[in-house]
Amino acid sequence: MTEMIVAGLILLGGVFGVIGAVGLLRMPDVLIRMHASTKIGTLACGLIVIAAAVHFGSTDITIRAVAIVLFLLLTAPIAAHMIGRAAVSTGVPLWNTRQPPSATPVPEKTP
Amino acid sequence: MNTFGTNILLALVWVFLTGSATLGNLLSGFVIGYGALWLIQPLTGSSQYFRRVIAWAKLVLMFLYELALSSWEVALDILTPKLRARPAIIEVPLDVKTDAGILLVTNLISLTPGTLSLDVSDDRKTLLVHAMFADDPEALRARLKSGMERWVIDAVEGP
Repeated sequence: MTEMIVAGLILLGGVFGVIGAVGLLRMPDVLIRMHASTKIGTLACGLIVIAAAVHFGSTDITIRAVAIVLFLLLTAPIAAHMIGRAAVSTGVPLWNTRQPPSATPVPEKTP
Repeated sequence: MNTFGTNILLALVWVFLTGSATLGNLLSGFVIGYGALWLIQPLTGSSQYFRRVIAWAKLVLMFLYELALSSWEVALDILTPKLRARPAIIEVPLDVKTDAGILLVTNLISLTPGTLSLDVSDDRKTLLVHAMFADDPEALRARLKSGMERWVIDAVEGP
């Protein structure tokens, strides 16, 4: 039973990883590509780590798995936010995107 | 000591008494301690803590549900030959006041595939969100406000 769960989780994680990679190739502009890559990648990674935790089933491995997932959830959106913000504020052309009139490119703040 | 500390202490005592230091055991100790503290609530005076724990649990569960649902949407759009994406950048007014709340809202919005938070305005009142499926920007804005932001306000700032 446990083996079935572990196999299912790893398979699902792998499939999501492949989908993320395909999305990186297929999607039309930088922001949509980030939807495909960073977040589906995080989900795939999380699924595989959880599968490892279920497979070994011991406390130290579980704690490490929880720590890995927490750090993934903490860092991935910040990186995505910074890349997306940089893309918008430098005026990278966006595919077919409707923008509110006030959302002109954010002027770069000089430090 | 506040109620949260007491609850952690009860969970640790449970682990020592049952003698098996596993994560699941700690979790069940926490749940039992929560129940015990809830029972003696008339003695200690009511606290926000009980509603707060429920709000956090709801936030985590609903976030996982949203993550699964929108991952499925994005994956479907990647795999089918026709692009269904209607991207748009929308403005979402923010009701969250604290820094921690804003951080949590923007992080959670960024984490769900299909939405990506781009920028918070200088007066911290509006959030720029890039959405992948924005056929109806108004509906999406309402969904973000009554969903993610509502749960974060309940969990972080209290009702």
